[in-house]
Amino acid sequence: MSEVIKDAIEQEFTTNFEALEKRLNGASALPIHQVRKKAINAFQELGLPTARNEEYKYTDLKKALQKTFDFKAPSPQGKINRETIEECLIPGLDANILIFINGVFSNELSTIISPEDQLTIKDLEAATMEDKELIDNYFAQYANYEHDAFIALNTAFTEHGSFIHIPDNKLVEKPIALYFFNDAQAGKSYNQPRNLFIVGKSSQATFLEVFYTVGKHESFTNIVSEIVVNENANAEYYKIQNNRDTAFHVGTTQVWQARNSQFSAYTFTLNGAMIRNNLNIASDGEGCESHMYGLYLLHGKTHVDNHTEIDHIKPNSFSNELYKGIMEDQSHGVFNGKVYVRQAAQKTNAFQSNKNILLSDQATINSKPQLEIWADDVKCSHGCTTGQLDEEALFYLQSRGVSKERARVLLLYAFAVEVLENVKLEPLKAYLEDLISERLHKDF
Amino acid sequence: MLKITNLHASIEGNEILNGINLEVKPGEVHAIMGPNGSGKSTLASVLAGREEYEVTDGEVTYNGKDLLELAPEERAREGVFLAFQYPVEIPGVSTTNFLKTALNQVREHKGQEPLDAVSFLTMMKEKMKLVEIDQSLLSRSLNEGFSGGEKKRNEIFQMAMLEPTLSILDETDSGLDIDALRIVANGVNKLKTKDNATIVVTHYQRLLDYIVPDYVHVLYKGKIVKSGTKELALELEKKGYDWIKEEVDTTTA
Ligand SMILES: Nc1ncnc2c1ncn2[C@@H]1O[C@H](COP(=O)(O)OP(=O)(O)OP(=O)(O)O)[C@@H](O)[C@H]1O
Ligand SMILES: [Mg+2]
Repeated sequence: MSEVIKDAIEQEFTTNFEALEKRLNGASALPIHQVRKKAINAFQELGLPTARNEEYKYTDLKKALQKTFDFKAPSPQGKINRETIEECLIPGLDANILIFINGVFSNELSTIISPEDQLTIKDLEAATMEDKELIDNYFAQYANYEHDAFIALNTAFTEHGSFIHIPDNKLVEKPIALYFFNDAQAGKSYNQPRNLFIVGKSSQATFLEVFYTVGKHESFTNIVSEIVVNENANAEYYKIQNNRDTAFHVGTTQVWQARNSQFSAYTFTLNGAMIRNNLNIASDGEGCESHMYGLYLLHGKTHVDNHTEIDHIKPNSFSNELYKGIMEDQSHGVFNGKVYVRQAAQKTNAFQSNKNILLSDQATINSKPQLEIWADDVKCSHGCTTGQLDEEALFYLQSRGVSKERARVLLLYAFAVEVLENVKLEPLKAYLEDLISERLHKDF
Repeated sequence: MLKITNLHASIEGNEILNGINLEVKPGEVHAIMGPNGSGKSTLASVLAGREEYEVTDGEVTYNGKDLLELAPEERAREGVFLAFQYPVEIPGVSTTNFLKTALNQVREHKGQEPLDAVSFLTMMKEKMKLVEIDQSLLSRSLNEGFSGGEKKRNEIFQMAMLEPTLSILDETDSGLDIDALRIVANGVNKLKTKDNATIVVTHYQRLLDYIVPDYVHVLYKGKIVKSGTKELALELEKKGYDWIKEEVDTTTA
């Protein structure tokens, strides 16, 4: 083990890791445990990032976590009753429902409706024993624990989460909805679920990750999802965050795309304490198509940091990114969008846009597009705007008899719709429309 | 209906309107002409309630009310309508989309029942014919990618829907080809009654062939420096503004 142990908080995780090793017992002989060990070493080298780390400049998670949590003891198991869970499900969404309580997959509360030949769904822990080959081939192959402390931490503590495998040539019609519940009723809770989604050649699937906290205490989730989109496959991925004011969240979605594959991510963030979303896509084959949509509507003191990265490795691929935000009160938004076009990735088309509206003097946005292009024959563009609500447009609507308040809502809603209209699941779209309307006090 | 007395207005400390006096009675059409930058659009904006402009002196009464006291939406609900010289683009909001809200808020103000979807559509269809505007245009984001003519026609369509008492048309004719001009002018004429009034801001006699004014005013340096009947417009068309500018500049010098 490394000598470089930084502060108490890193020490707490180290102690915790030793406890995990003891608990694992025989399971520590599995190859995955070697990965855990490498990851904890990497974590100890890296330490949790502070504001001095360029990638975490505006989001000092170390400070926030230190202040709020005590990681000495493992987080309790948690128990949330079925009724509470059902209230939180997206109405009308006919989906495979996977329930996780404090990061642990609950067989009992979950419902799989897709036929067995279309997919395998199980707790990651079970997969590490039963699907050794796939785990060896794919697990931790994409999310780089050498570079990011949160990925390292999650990898080191990998136990539960989900393993979802869709064989080749399967059209999985029903979405796969993963609901992560933090039980913070009896005390603070923290957990680090890990997902591995493998979409086979020419297959198609839709994933959702939804996050909730039950109870008034603080919660912290550090989640990593690796998504493998094989040749000619199509994967859609939705992340919905409308959590409590006390919910801290770090999430990395690490995507690898093979040739002619399509991937779309939709990230909707409406509430939480401090949230960091990393969406990293490796576009690693010709003819790939990648879409990244994001909408963050923030109020109160919510802090949301969206870091995205699209890495164009091979020629003739396309990526498009649209992130929009509305910040009220003292909320703080951060957007960092990296677009890499490597030398070999000729004829890449990559577009990025980030637009923000600040509704109060105390709201903040830090937006940074970051394009690095080594190929010469490419089409890339990016744009970033930040402003208040368009006064001229407001006046125009008022001059037609629309009240200022209603005009404001119309304009904000129109701003949000540009992202929302891309959602393909109708019940989800309706659900989000309701949430957004409610947030914007749109009562018509 | 409208009485403007000694109206002064400024923006960012620059005085643009310099003592305007104007009275408009029901059934009348007034044309306001004048060189670029003389303050025509400013006057229109002040009447519609644009907050950027600060009224530093004078009064405006409208149907017995102090117009300057009212918020822009209240003015609209009381029947004031401005067809903008440069209508703003609003991505994500279509005409159909906001007009129903607008119309029902106006109706509510007048103590009328809100229109249901069917009656609204029926009314739309009828008014669409009036200005020969296409449904598809009304479902698109407002003015986004509209041609100049389409923007202006959309303004008149909205006017038709809202049935205002006092309409101010700010260069609604500029940039229109002759067919579009005829359509727009016809629309305006059809909406005319003995109870409503129109102020048309224009540079061209061409429009006034269709919408015949009762009075023509020349605005220069923020003041109405000459008023007359429709013959004044013809004279301006022939001689330009230089003779008026000279008259004014020598008397004030
Ligand atoms: N925001 C502003 N700040 C400073 N000056 C302004 C502003 N808006 C308008 N002005 C000035 O006010 C004057 C009057 O402008 P206005 O638009 O009312 O003229 P107009 O008579 O409508 O001209 P046109 O025939 O070109 O439409 C112009 O000199 C213009 O530059
Ligand atoms: Mg003008």
